[in-house]
Amino acid sequence: MADKKKITQLAAGDRTIPPDGAKMIPFYLMGSEYLVPETLTIMKAVEYAGYQYIRGCGCRGGICGACATFYRFTGDYRLKAGLACQTVVGPGMIITQLPFFPANRPDYNLDNLDNTRGDLHAELRRLYPEVFKCIGCGTCTRTCPMDIDVMDYIALMKRGDLKGAAYKSFDCVMCGLCASRCPAQISQFTAAMFVRRLVGKYMLPKAGHLEKRIEEVKSGKYEKMLKKLSKMKPEELRKLYIEREREPDLAEPGVWMPEDKECL
Amino acid sequence: MSGYTGELKELIKKAEATRPHRVERARRGEHFSALTMEERERWLKRYHPDCKNEGRKKVGVGPNSGQAFPEEVSLLLESKSILDPESVILDNADYTTDVLIIGAGGAGTAAALAASENGSHVILSTKLRHGDSNTVMAEGGIQCADQECDSPYFHYLDVMGGGHFTNDPALASALTNDAPLTMGWLEELGMMFDKLPGGRMKVRHGGGTSRKRMHSAGDMAGAEIMRVLRDETRNRTNGINGIKVLEFSPAVELLTGKSGDVSGAILYNLETKEYYIVRAKAVIISTGGFGRLHIQGFPTTNHYGATADGIVIAYRAGAELRDMDSTQYHPTGAVYPEQNVGLLITEKVRGLGAQLLNVDGEEFSFALEPRDVESSCIIRECLEVQKGIPTPTGRLGVWLDSPMIDALHGEGTVRKELPAKHIQFRRYNIDISKEPLLVYPTLHYQNGGIKIGENGETAVKGLFAAGEVTGGVHGRNRLMGNSLLDVLVFGKRAGKGAAEYAKSIPGCSAPTLEHVKRFGRELKSAGVENPVTGPLLLPDYAPPHVKKRQWD
Repeated sequence: MADKKKITQLAAGDRTIPPDGAKMIPFYLMGSEYLVPETLTIMKAVEYAGYQYIRGCGCRGGICGACATFYRFTGDYRLKAGLACQTVVGPGMIITQLPFFPANRPDYNLDNLDNTRGDLHAELRRLYPEVFKCIGCGTCTRTCPMDIDVMDYIALMKRGDLKGAAYKSFDCVMCGLCASRCPAQISQFTAAMFVRRLVGKYMLPKAGHLEKRIEEVKSGKYEKMLKKLSKMKPEELRKLYIEREREPDLAEPGVWMPEDKECL
Repeated sequence: MSGYTGELKELIKKAEATRPHRVERARRGEHFSALTMEERERWLKRYHPDCKNEGRKKVGVGPNSGQAFPEEVSLLLESKSILDPESVILDNADYTTDVLIIGAGGAGTAAALAASENGSHVILSTKLRHGDSNTVMAEGGIQCADQECDSPYFHYLDVMGGGHFTNDPALASALTNDAPLTMGWLEELGMMFDKLPGGRMKVRHGGGTSRKRMHSAGDMAGAEIMRVLRDETRNRTNGINGIKVLEFSPAVELLTGKSGDVSGAILYNLETKEYYIVRAKAVIISTGGFGRLHIQGFPTTNHYGATADGIVIAYRAGAELRDMDSTQYHPTGAVYPEQNVGLLITEKVRGLGAQLLNVDGEEFSFALEPRDVESSCIIRECLEVQKGIPTPTGRLGVWLDSPMIDALHGEGTVRKELPAKHIQFRRYNIDISKEPLLVYPTLHYQNGGIKIGENGETAVKGLFAAGEVTGGVHGRNRLMGNSLLDVLVFGKRAGKGAAEYAKSIPGCSAPTLEHVKRFGRELKSAGVENPVTGPLLLPDYAPPHVKKRQWD
């Protein structure tokens, strides 16, 4: 067992174990000073300091929007924003997390836009009149941790370019940082959610091949085939599996057809 | 400036020294020889975390008594209740509902919408925020056989083959036959799929697919699905079939009636530390997987809340589990920099020619072995051969030599073919087209779980389950793009199934914690000493020096 001694102590899971001599830096969590090893994210620095998250922590991969954070560096007047799981701590960083921010989000029925007789832009005006009061300061854009040009998609909404606004806001993780800084009190991220769904349902063309397949499924067309497969012996199934044709990588969608068309 | 420390930069030089020779060999089509079938088997048996006997523990109690699972799982299955079942008074319910759903990720939210549409009042409870789940993290896409050259028949074959034919055929049939219905539902809800100008879905291949059926929404299909479903739930809070959402309120125990049927749950408000009694005619468990248990110390791609809570409480109530010893490890998870730990490095990097190297800059395996085999090779190199590369935060990894890609295919290839990964490392001053990545296998997916029928029903009356918390849909190996489909198909099925069950019974049976008392007695008679308290609820990442000072 002599060689076992050489094994490095493995950091289990996400717990950080800094090596001897790691450079420690001062970091201020809501004003309290903690020394943490450099290179950690804000999230891991907070945990290194001994906190156990309840709020303010989610996917830990930059996509869920749970860990919105404001920070400054001592001696620097500028206020910065980021996601705690994606932002690296620096010496003298002062942070506070914003795990939740109240947003305006009126209910609506996506299947019934009778109030405005299906006029999508009018529907936006009806539900989110404040969007049209944007003063164009650009603070939202500067605050967005996903580098979305928030002010620009708000401008597109005002102009009636809903499709443009939907695509421009697509990377939104709904962390709420934009809304927290808006002097016009707009909840940009909920308005954008509404617009994306309008576009997804009413402006993107429907997938005709999907509609057709849904009819086929509803008619029970595949139930018999699947039942047959379900009852097959493993070696029969394995044979079918090995023999199945593979759609070529470069085939245009909807063009290539297999030799065996019986089970389509 | 490089994001690597001085020590690591020195080690990178060794990889750079061998690179010209390795590129030369790769150009000639020569590569490190792949393992033979016998070697593969031996490597898997010796090094794959699933096959290691150490780190496994037989469960002494409950429906799966006698089966060996990862220690982290077994300890929780043999855990004792957070509550003292003798002293809890259950006379007054804080909430009464038709269907209680525990866990509000993709499966739970789909279930809530379906149960509501089928006339049930719903309480959707969740440990963190509504939508906090592995669903949001799924980037690759969702499978559905909707092209003319495809059908549920071929989708089924792919699912079964991918799972080494260990899947439950009825569940695989339901998955593939419901896929088009589910996609149509998402389209109606206003999800922004990637489409061609005429409306045709953009589709791609995934590992193990015979037809291109991976549908996407940018590189965040899961996040788009989750935010659309959550948004729709918010529109449906009112009325007798409304959905009430309770956040930061995980379930810590189920409630059962006299005959053992489930009749509600006890929720725990993480912030006020209050317990709530919820009476329900039916309960759906959709709490996701166990990545955050860090089986055998592995990092994970999973969400903060993935701590197997639902499995633990369902097991006490008598739900049977299957394949709980089967875990999907992705061979190349990032281990450096710290902020990217666990981050998935797609197989495409190796597909483009990047090799795996040890601390001396030497190849030690063929880079395109199957996932489980490749993981074993990396683990062997680090732990047995001891030629891993230590990181400044106490991890081990091997180099994934990404600069080879530009060397082989021309400058700019990395940027063009791997834009997201390039940006994710560029952020930390690492240009992966010039410097290699540090990787180690990472815990990705819980293959097994609660045994269910086609409509999410479990062995316990009144208890349903859906999503990663269940087992059988994917057998012992899941294909990319089938987990998003799984959570929606079986979420909807469980929601409908639970609503119909709720309609079919006259009322909730009087709630008890008899099953918890019985489980406590079983623990004693099985000789389980000092059981831990479960469910875990939150992972604990406080470092040792802090833990030492946390006196209680």
